[in-house]
Amino acid sequence: MGKWTRRAFIGTGTLVGGGFVLGVVGAAFSPSRHGVVSDDAESKGELNTWITVTPDNMVTILVPHCEMGQGAQQALAMMAAEEMDADWSMVRVKEAPALDAYANGYVARAVGGESIPGVLGRAFDYGTYRLVRWYGLQPTGGSMSVRTTGRFGMTVAGAAAREMLVAAAAERFGATPSELTVSRSQVHHAGSGKSATFGELAAAAAKQSVPSSPALKSGDTYTIRRTAPPRPDIPSKVNGQAIYGIDFTLPGMLYAAVEIAPVYGGKLVSVDTAPAESMPGVKGVVKLEEAVAVVADSYWRARTALANLEPTFDDAGHGGVSSQTIFAAFDQALGAPPEMPKDAATVITADYQVPFLAHATMEPMACTVRVDGSGAEVWAGTQDPLNARATAASALGLNARQVAVTNLLVGGGFGRKLPFSLDFIGLGARIAKAMSPAPVKMIWSRETDMQHGYYRPAGMARFAGALGGDGKPLAVACHYAGGGDGESVFMPYTIADKRADAKDAKHPIRTGAWRSVLNSQHGFFKEAFIDELAYAAKADPYTFRLNLLGEEPRFRAVLERVAAMADWKSPLPPREGRGISLVESFGSIVGQVAHVSVSPDGALRVKHVYAAVDCGDVVNTDAATAQVEGGIIFGLSAAMKGEITIAGGRVVESNFHDHEMIHLSDAPQITVEFIHSGHALGGLGEPGVPPVASAVTNAIFAATGIRIRRLPIKNQALRSAAAST
Amino acid sequence: MAISLTVNGRPRLLDLEPDTPLLWALRDTLGLTGTKFGCGIAACGACTVHVDGQPMRSCSVPVVAVEGASVTTIEGLASSEGSLHPVQQAWIDHQVPQCGYCQSGMIMAVSALLAAEPHPTDAKVDEAITNICRCGTFARVRRAIQALARTE
Repeated sequence: MGKWTRRAFIGTGTLVGGGFVLGVVGAAFSPSRHGVVSDDAESKGELNTWITVTPDNMVTILVPHCEMGQGAQQALAMMAAEEMDADWSMVRVKEAPALDAYANGYVARAVGGESIPGVLGRAFDYGTYRLVRWYGLQPTGGSMSVRTTGRFGMTVAGAAAREMLVAAAAERFGATPSELTVSRSQVHHAGSGKSATFGELAAAAAKQSVPSSPALKSGDTYTIRRTAPPRPDIPSKVNGQAIYGIDFTLPGMLYAAVEIAPVYGGKLVSVDTAPAESMPGVKGVVKLEEAVAVVADSYWRARTALANLEPTFDDAGHGGVSSQTIFAAFDQALGAPPEMPKDAATVITADYQVPFLAHATMEPMACTVRVDGSGAEVWAGTQDPLNARATAASALGLNARQVAVTNLLVGGGFGRKLPFSLDFIGLGARIAKAMSPAPVKMIWSRETDMQHGYYRPAGMARFAGALGGDGKPLAVACHYAGGGDGESVFMPYTIADKRADAKDAKHPIRTGAWRSVLNSQHGFFKEAFIDELAYAAKADPYTFRLNLLGEEPRFRAVLERVAAMADWKSPLPPREGRGISLVESFGSIVGQVAHVSVSPDGALRVKHVYAAVDCGDVVNTDAATAQVEGGIIFGLSAAMKGEITIAGGRVVESNFHDHEMIHLSDAPQITVEFIHSGHALGGLGEPGVPPVASAVTNAIFAATGIRIRRLPIKNQALRSAAAST
Repeated sequence: MAISLTVNGRPRLLDLEPDTPLLWALRDTLGLTGTKFGCGIAACGACTVHVDGQPMRSCSVPVVAVEGASVTTIEGLASSEGSLHPVQQAWIDHQVPQCGYCQSGMIMAVSALLAAEPHPTDAKVDEAITNICRCGTFARVRRAIQALARTE
């Protein structure tokens, strides 16, 4: 644990009111480690910045990550409570406020690379660029919460809190710490029969010296982790009481509807505001650089009045850009297929292509902002309240400390509400400034949301693969355009010559992080092509992969498990097939088998998806399963139907009628199993996504002989070959 | 124009433009924010409420069309004594929601289906429940419905 002194340490500070604070602080990344201030610190024993024990024996865990249904807040609290030996029924979870002190430096800590196990090296190497930008932020993304804040922060904080509570009890009982045991938020002394609750010990515990390297529990003594407590956020999500960003309401609040230049980068040229200003309830029309907003006393009145306007926008010079021009540029950039060894017996080549994709969170972009003489307040659901604060401050010309942000429940994030993609916060702030001091709630229409995203980049890959005379692969290589990195192009297979070269072509479409980021493209490309290579070698696709995993026992174990789950070798009826895929992302290895049927008229049915996951260990077993299930559905929706196309420089699709999602009727049965390998924790919010597209297209090939190389699948005819099979 | 209707058992008088969608009357006029805005074109189902017991996508129902009707929202689904509706309880038991944004509409759609047809087949469920869930909770939605459909 000595390395904690290099990049992170258990820090102490003095609270207003004479209290005491202790926290595990990423040394380089927390700008104000002594700045934690609590109004009621005197009555609480503040044990550290994340853990509070109150005299009523309640433990409150402050979590510096947002809640968007991924369960990370609860998982982190479980990790802290486990090390404390707290009574889980006496543990509350709260989201940390948007203050500098809660910048979750643990995300950034990984940048240094020290003490990062080798198996995680790829993921952290991949993430370095983005993570560096996250200094001083409070992001929830990159499947990072449990494996960074949890692993490096919450466990250590919990263990330190436990040691200080034990030291306080030892003083009280006249015993030594080694004579004491802790269970369910009580410290016991067997010798004297005395015991005391955490609550009774909290004030004295805060005066104890801070342990520099508290001992962590071993997994076989866990009583809270590896269980499935119900998620605390669920009850309010079934009775209408949950408050999302879009739900926040203030007295006297006005509502804004907005129309933004349809081409990204475009500016408002002109608008006659009179047709809106004469409408009932309208309080103002706000002209902004790139948009026009109508503010009224109800959202519907604002929206109706906005529809009366006919603004003209310029196209920022991008009016000639289309999906066709973008893919043509990719195609040209990719050039000739990669060179293959001269002695190859067989060489195959194939091009793969994926479109732009929208996040399409169910909650459209929305925020409420109040601007007055002294500063501004913002209420919204985002994946980074500190960057929301900075974004609003920048838009308003204020210092960040003049802006208060309250983060509310996030109605779907998937990367759309991450730092540096909070354009809607800046827009809402500028509208509210024009209406100051009235608070203004801005709500984007679904059309605005769909057409002003930070899209998953479109991409292409040009593959070549070579087999020797014995059918063993000699080389696999690709040129790719649209984004990639060391993690996403990584293949675990032992092949002497593996290459992946970026050959990009610029375009003006705004892109961002979409659930699983670049793995969503390359998980399809590489695992579909390796499947092609298996068939070229006349090998079973599962056995072909397995034979190449001799040097990667974790991957091998995952592949074997998922094949067993799916009963891979068992026969299937005609026009049914299984496809297999194996992708590591965010520190977790996921193998999937899709079982599909294709009817004679070409209708695809994904019947069952099996997933085996090695994420090292699982915190909340049920919430972990839910994340993998959700990732599979999210990836399947994209693979089957998802597509954002560009024409005239702007997004064509506008709502769920032309940007389709899968429904309950399309959803397969899903079976998820975890392998408890004991390796370092991996993420779970995203790793379920990358394998599914290739698992399904590989299964379609097995069922029909049709190889899908362009997504979405809906654009491909499955009819003819299916009928002829 | 004043429009009278019953919302969650309570008579209400709304002074709104008659083409105002029921969704915005519920959310902005009555403060019932449990009913969600998702698409505005009746495609996603996040705004589903019961109108005289029938599931309706309130974003596309003008308030004038529900004059005199009885509207139930997610806030009014539990019994008047406060015990959860069986669908709400099943959603907790099966830990269905993730972000939860679509689930008010999902629960209203499922409760209307089960009221009309207590033991629906999977095919009937597929046909009736067309709500979009972006987090991908469908596996649990189906499990919860199947458990409810088995209950007498």
